[in-house]
Amino acid sequence: MQFLISLHINPAVMDALTDDEKAAIGGGHGAFIEALKESGELLTTQALVDPSQAAVVSVRNGQPAVTDGPFLESKEFLGGFYLIDCENKERAIELAARIPDAAIEGLGVEVRQVMFSAGQLEP
Amino acid sequence: MGAMTAPAFEDLLRELAPQVLGALVRRYGQFEGCEDAVQEAVLAATVQWPAEGLPDNPRGWLVTVASRRFIDQLRSDHARRERESATAAEVLPEDVPDTDDTLVLLFLCCHPTLTAASRTALTLRAVGGLTTAEIARAFLVPEATMAARISRAKQRIRAAGRSFSLPEGAEREERLRVVLHVLYLIFNEGYTASSGRELHRADLAHEAIRLARTVHAHLPEDGEVTGLLALMLLTHARRAARTTAAGDLVPLDEQDRTAWDRALIDEGTELVSAALAGPTLGPYQLQAAIAATHADAATAKETNWPQVHALYLILERIAPNPVVTLNRAVALAETEGPQAGLALLATLDSDERMAAHHRLLSVRAHLLEQTGDLPGAYEHYRRAAKSTASLAEQRYLEARAGRLAAPDG
Repeated sequence: MQFLISLHINPAVMDALTDDEKAAIGGGHGAFIEALKESGELLTTQALVDPSQAAVVSVRNGQPAVTDGPFLESKEFLGGFYLIDCENKERAIELAARIPDAAIEGLGVEVRQVMFSAGQLEP
Repeated sequence: MGAMTAPAFEDLLRELAPQVLGALVRRYGQFEGCEDAVQEAVLAATVQWPAEGLPDNPRGWLVTVASRRFIDQLRSDHARRERESATAAEVLPEDVPDTDDTLVLLFLCCHPTLTAASRTALTLRAVGGLTTAEIARAFLVPEATMAARISRAKQRIRAAGRSFSLPEGAEREERLRVVLHVLYLIFNEGYTASSGRELHRADLAHEAIRLARTVHAHLPEDGEVTGLLALMLLTHARRAARTTAAGDLVPLDEQDRTAWDRALIDEGTELVSAALAGPTLGPYQLQAAIAATHADAATAKETNWPQVHALYLILERIAPNPVVTLNRAVALAETEGPQAGLALLATLDSDERMAAHHRLLSVRAHLLEQTGDLPGAYEHYRRAAKSTASLAEQRYLEARAGRLAAPDG
C-alpha cells in the first residue's frame, strides 16, 4: 500500500525554533530517510520552497492569469512530503510518528493512502 | 543451439532459476550471496541467450555462470578483508539435476520473520526467477525500493540462521500455510490489476498460478494446495469478463459468462472436486467450491445460491472472518430476500474491522436498493465510493448511485 505523508509547516513556528532545534529536525529527517531506504519502504521524498515563492495560475475565458503567493490563505503550508510503500495503514502511521515534525506543536503530519485504479469487487 | 522466442526464454529461465539457486546453496551453504549470483546469471542469460542462441545445457550454463559470480564476489569480499580465499570456492560445482529445491526455497522465502511484502518480493525473485526490475514494475515501486526490500529480507533470513532444509512436523504444516498465503497475495495483486498502466501486473496472476502448480506437483495430496490452485484457476477464468474495454469493473452478476475461460473452469472444477473428496477441508477448498458453483451457472439467475450460502456458512465456522459473513449476507439475500441479508449485515456493525469498510457499505447499498429504499441505497453507494482506495471501484459505485434518483434533487 502506498501512502503520502504530507508535512504541513507553519513558518512562524519554524522561525521560533532555536538553531539546535532546527538542526535536530534536519538530523531527524536524515535518519528517517536512511531507515526508510534501508527497509525498502521509501518511494520518494521532496521538500518544497517557501510558500512566498508559489505562483497561482488560473485561466479565465481562455486567458491565463498568474498571481504570486500561495493559493490558501493559511498559517500552515505544505512544506514537503514522503511517498512510501508499506504493509498497511498502521505501519504508515507508525512511520509518520517517527518524523520529527510530529513532536512539534503547530506542525502537522498527515497520512493518506494513495488511490489505485484497481480493487476487489467480487468475493 | 535452439531457436526460441523471447517469452520461451523467459519461461525456461523462470523454471530453471530456483533449481540453479538450490544447487548453489547446497554447494556453498549461503543463501544470501548465492541468490544474488543467480539473479546476475539470469540477467546475463536474458541478454546472451536471445543473441547467441540457447546453450546445449541451459541449466548447466546458469549453474556455471552463477557459481563464477558467487566465487568472484567471495574473492572480492575476502580481498577487502585481506583474508585468504576459501579453497573450496575454487572448484565449480557439479550439476546435481536430481534434487529439486523449489519447495525448500519457497519455505525459506516465506520465513516468519519477514513481512508479507518482503515474502512476496523474495519469493518472486528467488523462486519465480523474476528480476528485481520486473517485480518493482509489478508492484508499482521504484527498482531501488524493491532492491532494498529484497536485500533486507535476505539479511533477516541470514540473521535467523536457518539451515537449508524443509522444516519438520507442525512447523512445516504452519509454514506451508504461509507459503499458500503468499501465493494468494501475489495472485490477488495481479488479479486486482485491471487497466491502463497496471496491465503488466496481470503477469503476477500468471506467476502465482505457475508457482501454485509447482507446489501442487510436489504436494498433490494436500487439499489446501489443490484448493488454492483451483481457486486461482476459477478466478482467473473470469478475467476477460470482469472489466469493460474502458477498464470499468463489471460485477459478477453482470459479466458476459460466454467470455469465461472454459478450459480453466474445467480444470479448476476437477481439482476442487478431487480436493473436497479428500480427508481435510480448508478455506481455500471452500472458496474454490464457491467459485466453482458460480462457474457452473450459465446465467447469474441460475446460480445455486442455497449451495453458495451453505459453503459460506461452513467457511464462516472453520475460518471466522467478517468478510466471509459479508459474503454470506449476499448469498442469504438471494435465497431469503434482501431483508434477511440486511439483518445479517447488522451483526457486522459492531465489528471494528468492518465499521468503515467500503464493502460493508456497498453490499448494504445493493440490498437497500433491492428493498426499494432508494434514498438509503443512494446514500450508502456514495459513502462506499468515498471509502474505497480503488479508482475503478469508485467509478462503479458512483455510477450505481447515479442510476438512482438523487434524493432532494
